[in-house]
Amino acid sequence: MERKFISHDDITAWLDGLAEDHVVLVPMKDGGSVSFRPYVQGRTPNLDRQAVPSPKDAVFPQNETLLKYRFEKDPEHLDRTRIQVKETLPTEKTVVVGARPCGTRGMLTFDRVYDCDKNQDLYYRTRKENTLHVTVACTRVESTCFCHDVGSGPADGEGSDVLLVPVASGYVAEPITERGEALLAASQFKAAGDREAEAEAVKAATVAKLPEAHDYSDSAEKLMARFDDMEFWEEQSAKCISCGACTYLCPTCYCFNITDDTTGLTGRRLRSWDNCMSFQFTLEGSGHNPRPTKAHRLKNRVGHKFAYYPMLHANAIACCGCGRCIKSCPAGVDIRAIVKAAQNYTPKKEEGGDES
Amino acid sequence: MKANPLLPEMATILEVVDETSNIKTFRVRFDDEEVMKNFTFEPGQVGQLSAFGYGESTFVINSSPTRMDYLQFSVMRVGEVTTRLHSLQAGDAIGVRAPLGNSFPIEDMKGKDVVFVGGGIGMAPLRTLLVYMLDNRKDYGKITLLYGARSPLDMAFQEDVAEWIASDDLDVVLTIDNPAEGWGEEDQTKRVGLIPNVLTDINPAAENTVAITCGPPIMIKFTLQALKKLGFADDQIVTTLEKRMKCGVGLCGRCNIGTKYVCVDGPVFKYSELLELPNEL
Repeated sequence: MERKFISHDDITAWLDGLAEDHVVLVPMKDGGSVSFRPYVQGRTPNLDRQAVPSPKDAVFPQNETLLKYRFEKDPEHLDRTRIQVKETLPTEKTVVVGARPCGTRGMLTFDRVYDCDKNQDLYYRTRKENTLHVTVACTRVESTCFCHDVGSGPADGEGSDVLLVPVASGYVAEPITERGEALLAASQFKAAGDREAEAEAVKAATVAKLPEAHDYSDSAEKLMARFDDMEFWEEQSAKCISCGACTYLCPTCYCFNITDDTTGLTGRRLRSWDNCMSFQFTLEGSGHNPRPTKAHRLKNRVGHKFAYYPMLHANAIACCGCGRCIKSCPAGVDIRAIVKAAQNYTPKKEEGGDES
Repeated sequence: MKANPLLPEMATILEVVDETSNIKTFRVRFDDEEVMKNFTFEPGQVGQLSAFGYGESTFVINSSPTRMDYLQFSVMRVGEVTTRLHSLQAGDAIGVRAPLGNSFPIEDMKGKDVVFVGGGIGMAPLRTLLVYMLDNRKDYGKITLLYGARSPLDMAFQEDVAEWIASDDLDVVLTIDNPAEGWGEEDQTKRVGLIPNVLTDINPAAENTVAITCGPPIMIKFTLQALKKLGFADDQIVTTLEKRMKCGVGLCGRCNIGTKYVCVDGPVFKYSELLELPNEL
């Protein structure tokens, strides 16, 4: 597939055209932060930094309506209420422009659960089929970045339809999928010419800045070995304040709650992002809670990403290395440090253990 | 399973049975007769009942697939959804997502003796299997039921219990925690004592036998110990687990114990399988 070039000056014209028949989610300045917002003509997106929230809203919105219901009086039995229920599938077509490769690739974590032999979640699938990802390759390596530790890299096109590589006067656009190639038919995309070589140099320069990759391949085994070691988990979770910022900002977190929202005689059943760091997440009606402390809950979150999920899905780590959970944690919890602590665990001398 | 497992099928409540002061049984039929006709499930599978405006909760289908006039669910009033469900009456609409989860190993148990040990609302998942076995009586050996509740008034499924006591197809022993008026000591059917102690007293033979147990966690704990003492091996004991669930199809992330999801890998587990799970019950 042929690479193209789009100049900085043409970006807004291209987005204007795209926005005519799509919802275009772009990173926009949002107070002091940058988050994905529907593109509005005349406003300039912020394509040169990672947005604070993940781009997953496009395929897994913060909340979405699963069904609508309506209560109606039964004309034949006035003391009875009939209920009309209507499935509500998403219909909008979306293009996400400006996510980083980590966040886009992170959404593939959903596929192995929401769109597989065991499950075909209609809501997720419909959104996925209606969404295109135009991702911007990373040129900035931050201290919280570790995509290369989890099998990816700053110019990884996996999960994207188009990869935009920043060059001096614009972007070299690499089509990854046929749907992506079709996007590049827009008039603003020109022949890439010599800029292809410039793009390759930009990619290589970023790779050269990466620190040596850490090997997480034994994390499942090492985390499972610590499962019953609550002292380990209490130590690792000591700083955590159970706020859930990590779960809400994570591109790969896919747990949800289902709630009903009624107004008068009509209502909606909603699926919303949920937070496994909350006490209420697993609290049962009886008062029993299988994950009663933050140590249990952090164990499940880290365990899910680096042990349970890889064990169930051919060693795929359910973490994309974007570093959002580290960057935005108000208490300084670092998931890399927790997994490494399990990997490097040696029993204390007084316990006399020989466990490696 | 339907194309959209999160979309409930609408059903109507045929009958509500007041079992105890906090347990009601709901008999429901799907409104679409085609759906009702084509509906199949295995003993032990569960369903999500919808109280629209309040939410959903998970309950075992405690009727038997051998009797498809209606689906039966027994609901203990504990929280918001169950309180709302308790306010529903015959003729009211209800949403049902079913069947979900795995089922009892009915094929493996063929030709074996079966001991049921149920405590309180834990009798519900046992009921579906017991009725199924009684309807396929020749496939199974001796059947024994030990059912315990706090008091006679806390004993659910009274109609069934009376029928089972009168039947020659199974041996029934009931027990309550403390002596109560009118609880006859004249026969060996009605006893006073905690379930694990009565079980030890009944002394069922472990050979070629499967024990099925469900009840509150503390009862399960001591029942397992009693069964072990009676010589039951870990893979001769079957139980069902319960966890808070939302989706029921392995997505929402609540009910997992490590890599196992109670909603799809359970709720039925052999004790030998439970022992292999990480400790997070």
